[in-house]
Formats: sequence, C-alpha cells, structure tokens
Amino acid sequence: MVDALRPALESALLSAGALAVAAVLVIALVLLVGHDPREIATTLARSAFGSRFAWENTLSRAAPLMLAALCTAIPAHAGLVVIGGEGALVLGGLAASQAALFVADVPPFAAIAITCAAGMLVGAAWIGLVGALQQARGVNEVISSLLLSIIALGLFDWLLEEFLRDPASLNYPATRPIPDAARIGALPGLDVHAGLAVALVACVAAWWVLRRSVTGFAIRVVGGGVRAALGVGLPVGRLVVATCVAGGACVGLAGAIEVAAVHERAGGALHADYGNTGILVAFLARHHPLAIVPAALLVGGLAAASGPLQRGFDLPDAFVRIVEGVVFLAVIASETLRGRLLPPAAR
Amino acid sequence: MSDPGLWALPLALAGGALRAATPYLFVSLGECLTEKSGRINVGVEGILLVGAMSAFGAAWATGSPWAGIAAAAAAGAAMGALHGALCSLARVSHVAAGVAILVLGTGIAFFAGKPFIEPQAPTLPAIELGAWSSHPAVASALRLNPLLALGVVLAFGMRAAFRRARVGLAVIAVGDDAAAATAMGLHVDRTRLAATTLGGALAGIGGASLSLFHPTGWSEAISGGQGLMAMALVIFARWDPVRCLGAALLFGAAGALAPALQAAGHGHAWQLLHLAPHALTLAILVTGTTRARAMRGLPGELAVLR
Repeated sequence: MVDALRPALESALLSAGALAVAAVLVIALVLLVGHDPREIATTLARSAFGSRFAWENTLSRAAPLMLAALCTAIPAHAGLVVIGGEGALVLGGLAASQAALFVADVPPFAAIAITCAAGMLVGAAWIGLVGALQQARGVNEVISSLLLSIIALGLFDWLLEEFLRDPASLNYPATRPIPDAARIGALPGLDVHAGLAVALVACVAAWWVLRRSVTGFAIRVVGGGVRAALGVGLPVGRLVVATCVAGGACVGLAGAIEVAAVHERAGGALHADYGNTGILVAFLARHHPLAIVPAALLVGGLAAASGPLQRGFDLPDAFVRIVEGVVFLAVIASETLRGRLLPPAAR
Repeated sequence: MSDPGLWALPLALAGGALRAATPYLFVSLGECLTEKSGRINVGVEGILLVGAMSAFGAAWATGSPWAGIAAAAAAGAAMGALHGALCSLARVSHVAAGVAILVLGTGIAFFAGKPFIEPQAPTLPAIELGAWSSHPAVASALRLNPLLALGVVLAFGMRAAFRRARVGLAVIAVGDDAAAATAMGLHVDRTRLAATTLGGALAGIGGASLSLFHPTGWSEAISGGQGLMAMALVIFARWDPVRCLGAALLFGAAGALAPALQAAGHGHAWQLLHLAPHALTLAILVTGTTRARAMRGLPGELAVLR
C-alpha cells in the first residue's frame, strides 16, 4: 500500500465502522420504541436523498453546517478545540441583517458582498478573541469559546429586543426585512440558495491552505506541538489567532447567508443549532476540510428527515438528536483505534 | 410589616438565589469532582436534562418524589460513566466526548420526556424557613428546597474530603499529576471513572431539583442553560466545593435580578445582567491566568487538557 494514502484510508475505515456501529445502536432503539427499522430507514433515506426535493432540502441545510464545521475544524489544525460557533453565527447574522439595511441602492453583487462581509467580520472578531485570549493569557479555548457563545446569544436577544426589533414583528421578534439587493438567490436550475456554492468554495479553500500551502504546513506544525513550532521559529501566536479568525469568519458567514438567503431578517430562527451541530460535522470529518462536505450532507440529510419521521411515525424531533448523539459518540470512540487498524509497516 | 415595598427587591433576590442555587450547586459540585480528578465533562447540561426528565417520570409513575431523586441519580451516573469510559480510551478527545454527551443527553431527555409534558408529579416537601413571617412574600421567598440542605452538607463534606480523607486526596493526586499518582500506586483510570460517574449522579440530582420542586413540572426549556453555566461556576469558585455554594447563590441571585428589576418598572437593559456571571468568569480567567502559570486551584491535568 502507498504510505501516503494510509491515514486517509484509515480515517475512511474508522468513519465507516463508527457509522455501522451507530446504525446498529439506532436500530436497537427503533425496535425498543416499537417501530420497524426497515420502514424508518426507507423514510429516512427517501426524505434525505430520495428525490429532487429531498436533495434540495438536504443541500440547503448542509451549506450552513459546512461553514459552521470549519469554525471547529480550522482551529483544530493548530491544536485548538473551539466549540462556540453558535454564538458567532447568530451575531454574524445580526450584523449582516443591519449592514444589509444600508445597501438598498448598491448593485446587487456588491450589496451581497457587503452583507456577507459584515457577518464574517463579526464572526472573525468573536472567535478571534478566543484565539487571542489563549495566546496572550493562556485562557483555555474550550471554556472561553463556550462562555463567549453564551454571552453572544444573550447579546443577540438583548440587541434584538432593545434596539433592532421591527415594530411590525409582534409575536416573533425579528429585525426589519433586508432589501432585495442584499438577498441571495437560488443556484441556476436548483431550488438551493447560492450559499451552498460559497460553503463548498470555503471547504476547498480551507483544504488547499491547510493541506497544500506553506502556511498550512506551519499551522499543522503548531498543532503537532507548540514547543517544536517555537523551536523552529514559527510565529505561533499569529498562526493560532489566524486559524480562529478564519474559522470565525466562516461561521459568521453562515449566519449572514442564513439571513440573506433563507430568513431575510435576523430573529430567533437564526438560533437553529447549526453552530453546535457543526461541531459534530467537524468531528465526523475528523477536521479534514474536504471530508466536511459528505459529513455535512449526512447530518443535513438527517435533519431533513426529521419532519417526515415526525409525521409518518410520530417520532419526536428529539429522535434525530439521539441519532446525532449516537453517531457522535461512535465517531469519537473510534478514534482510539487509529494506528491499530492499519499499523504502519515496521521499519 | 405588611407591605414588602422596599423589601420587594431583596426578597426577590433572596428567593431567586435560594431557588436557583440548588440545581447550580449540584451540577457544579459534580463538575468540580470530575474536574478535580483531571477530566472535564462539557456535557453536564445534557445530564441535567436527563436527570430532570427521569426524576419527573419516576416520581409520576411511583408517586414518590424520593424515587424520582433516586432515578435521576441513577440516570446521571449512567451518563457520567459513559463519559468516563469514553475518556478512558486512548486518543479520545474529552471535550468532544462531552459535546457528544450533551447532544445525546438532550436527545434522550426530550425523546423520553414527551409524555411527561402535560401531567403533574408529586413534589418534594419544602422546608418552610419563612414560617415565622405572616407575610406571604417572605414565606414564599424562604421556602427551601430540601435538596439545598443536602447540597450544603455535601459541599462542606466534599471540601473536608479533598483536604483530609483518603479518597478525596486520591482524587486530587490523580487530577494533579497522573504519572506521579501512578507511581504512588493509585489507579488513575479507575479513580477518574468513579469521579466522573459520581459527578454525573450529582448533575442528575441537580436536574431532579429542577423538576420536582416548585414550580414543578417537566418542559424542554426547564434548564435554561444552567448546566452550561455550572461549568463557568466551577471556575468562578476555583475548584472549591464550599466556594461553589457561594457562587451558586450568587449566580442564582444574578438570574433573579433581571426579572425583579423589570417587575419594579426598570427597562430591558437589565436583561444583560443575567450575562454578568459569564462575563465575570471570563474576566477571572483572563486576569487569573498567565501564559507561564495556570490558575490557582486548577487541577494540573486539566491544564494540558485536550
């Protein structure tokens, strides 16, 4: 076997094995609650990937998941565990909704760019702070990103309620609708918004930078060990903060796209758990930017099947959450087999 | 004193602190024990929800709130043990395992709790500290959750154990330096598994205190993120069980301040006050840590945590 392919093959085998174990556990659960696993599996597959409509539904959900997953996956290359994407996503969306109000008379492409840039800027600043605190003061990024995420969600509610609420939104507090110029339309020939293309480009770009460029190599050296990185004279602080800024920009962009392409205003619907589910996608992909695409399709498909499962089998939406949890556990546990499944050839 | 008047605000704060302190206290004591052993469980929010749901379900089915507490402790212990077992595996990220526990716990609680959203279950008997007062507001503010009394005893007991008892010192040794603890003949993985399991049981009881005491009931919004907040609380208390008690009262009061001020006719700006504990914890982390030296009280093994 080619040595260079071994890690990728091993990752694929581990993921496949973990998914198989998770499937067995979910089948056991389905039997426990008295349903036919075959019927559930058929409905799941059909409503996630079985028709044109199903694919469009899945793809629209996968787009924000890809961007949210990058918020965990990019800093992970520098050795950081960032789990606070949700807060940066809603604040990014809120910033985008406000920037969009100023661009009504700007040509559409520029208006969308400005709207998205506002979301990216806020997301980058929010997660960038996590990296800066870790580098400047040694504050653990797990805790700080979690705390900052909760603070962001509280700020979002407060700003919305106090300053930015559209008086016309009575039962459902939301900002004023964004002008047409800032709205992101569908991809040609598909009922999926163009944010999907943006998310795919972001994944490929992250892959190229992290796995093919010199900067990416330096980042991975930092992730391998800070002492070694300092020893060879790498600017560790700057690289770590840069990964957080990039990850934050991605998740802020996810918020901006949700506003500009889906909700057309910022409100409670923005807080739809894409940020948290993105963590699952990142770990499912083992932080590989290209593997995030199929992982996001899988998790997005699961979310798309939630409604049909509820209607057809009276399974509450929490069923999908249990499935996500089981998949997550299996994937994380499978990591322990790395290096034992395909041991490198003895030298 | 027939009209609370000026006393309305402090009364509301005291009542809020005493009411919200119980779940905070149990979850933070559980997390404190887990972290002292050198593990972190980011998923306590999920365990809190499982605890609240199973306590309510068991109390509803058996008619006894105490059976509810036992069920919550057992369910919490099972979730804690699952987390502990995952973390014992080599190369498994403790943080990711915690996030998985959070997702799974929330899913299980919401899924199994669907039938419990409507019915009423028996509640825990209150300790009426305010019985001396003829004023209903005073009496209601000082109506204590019996679990709070248990939690206070537990907090002092845990501090004493961490300082003197053999088991407590073993947990600290394992959490501060696994290699040294192994050299001393301690079983690192076994100790951590036990601490994480017990920590899960405590978080489960924290959930029971939510669903079995006034206002009783099970809903999906029952925790309001208190499990996540307990993570901050442990840092705020610098890993000391008795300080966890003080911090739990403080966090509870901070949560009660906003609605109390709003009821008194002050504006929405006070909404931000419930974020104060988080901002304060972050400030403590920023000022208390330097690159060269970890925070005082931080278990050594947590400093290199991944």
